[in-house]
Amino acid sequence: MKAQIELANQDNSSYRKLKDRIFFWFIVVMSVVTISPIVMIIGKLVVKGFRQFNFNFFTQTTPDTFEAMMAVSQGEIIPGGILNGITGSLLVVVLASVMAIPLGVIIGIYLYENQAKRYAGLIRSIADVLQGVPSIVLGLISYLWIVKHVTTGFSALAGSVSLCIMMLPLIIRSTEETMKMIPTSIKEAGLALGVPYYKIILRVLIPTGFSGLMTGILLAISRIIGETAPLMLTTLGSPVVNMNIAKPTSAVPLLIWEFYNDPNMVDLIWSSSLFLMGFVLTLNIISKRIAAKRRTI
Amino acid sequence: MKSDKVTKQILFAASLIILLTAAGMVFSLIMGAIPVFKEFGLGFVFSNEWDPTEGRENYGALPFIAGTLITSILAIVICLPMAFSTSLFIGEYFRKSAVASVISSMVDLLAGVPSIVYGLWGFYTLRPIIMELGLSPQGYGVFTSGIILAIMIIPYATSLSNEIISMVPNELKEAAYSLGATRMEVVFTVILPNARSGIVASYILAFGRALGETMAVTMLIGNSNVVPDSLFGTGNTMASVIANQFGEADGLKLSALIGIGLLLFIITALVNWIGKIIIKKFS
Repeated sequence: MKAQIELANQDNSSYRKLKDRIFFWFIVVMSVVTISPIVMIIGKLVVKGFRQFNFNFFTQTTPDTFEAMMAVSQGEIIPGGILNGITGSLLVVVLASVMAIPLGVIIGIYLYENQAKRYAGLIRSIADVLQGVPSIVLGLISYLWIVKHVTTGFSALAGSVSLCIMMLPLIIRSTEETMKMIPTSIKEAGLALGVPYYKIILRVLIPTGFSGLMTGILLAISRIIGETAPLMLTTLGSPVVNMNIAKPTSAVPLLIWEFYNDPNMVDLIWSSSLFLMGFVLTLNIISKRIAAKRRTI
Repeated sequence: MKSDKVTKQILFAASLIILLTAAGMVFSLIMGAIPVFKEFGLGFVFSNEWDPTEGRENYGALPFIAGTLITSILAIVICLPMAFSTSLFIGEYFRKSAVASVISSMVDLLAGVPSIVYGLWGFYTLRPIIMELGLSPQGYGVFTSGIILAIMIIPYATSLSNEIISMVPNELKEAAYSLGATRMEVVFTVILPNARSGIVASYILAFGRALGETMAVTMLIGNSNVVPDSLFGTGNTMASVIANQFGEADGLKLSALIGIGLLLFIITALVNWIGKIIIKKFS
């Protein structure tokens, strides 16, 4: 009410219109400023990283400092690649997904089936709290649990446990939201036919909500694949390709950190980052596509 | 049916796992932090001396708590006008247009950039600019970290507020227009009061994100174990000190780092909880 009276009292309409124009352009300029970093980041990665992109980059392991130094001093591109990082990232992420996806989907379905229960509310709040826990703290936890007691040493398993805890809340939430969107009539039709409950989950709920689940899973993977901090505390890094889950393993973000700290290898950070960024982007685009398709149906 | 009972039990058991995980996390952090609290008591939280030299070890978390709060508050202050404008751009001014969807997917992309890539960009692009401007001789420090954090949390600050701004009923806006209000007046007298708590909640959640960011801050804050003396001074955050000093830590130092992890856990959980309560009240 007060605002309206104020408006009525102001009869300086040209001044108000001017203010309105200025505000409009402020919004436009600030929005452009907001999106400029992403353009600059991708631009920089492409320009500086493209030079190192070659076949060897994907098929060889990291060079040692001396090799890199020789190459740099002769003005050549650094030999070797990031194969140990790529395989390590795959190992850790696949392991984390194997643990987190089934568990997350089951918990999501549980929450959907028991919406009103107080216990379900508690689980939901816990998932929310877990989602807010900084990744470095998850690294600490996994260090205390897995590195100290299970594998007694830095290991791929420890890394994937910390990433698994990171993925869980995202998958739980997206599963529950997806299930809520499925018409209950479909489920009831199955129940009316006397289909056992587990078959309803496997044959009705999951297939119907498949694209929704997929979107959530892909987004969760794209979130964890670039994580560096928890892996520093758990998988440590390794100069060779390692497929043993109880041994230290490298990962692409860990390699970027190592390159960054080694003046001889610094050239490799851009190509590695470009690779990582490309991967995350692709996952994002695929999940957007799936989500968009779902909306049109 | 018997199988139905088993299915329900499996679902319930899965939910127990996450309950146990969360309880186990709190338990492990507390157990790990006990030695340092035994040694220094509450002084661990309020002392600003951090000295890992053997023989006269002294651990106080205050510099890092201060560093975390200062960088995060700075980040939210810098982020505010940008996120606010972008939300209005997407949720009101260009609602449902092609431009808005381009801008909104680019903002989403910001959330996909790995923290370490932000760190690299901050180091090689932002730091030279800060040095050029003469703000800080090395370009490291609280201010540089604050800018990077601000960019990193924009997607979290906008995602929710876009939706809430676009949900403000058209009738209210039209009523204001019919009284002769300009668009800007509609924004400030109709949209903002209606969307207020949702916008506040999304900024609180973004703040929670900023508190725990590790890699980018570690690369830019300068890593000195003191309370930052100015906006352009160097410091360390709780997350960055764990990342930096974990490698050579054992005994009491490890316990001190776990203690910092526990404090960080408590602070972020609290901030997120407040944000969620505001959202719940709103919906």
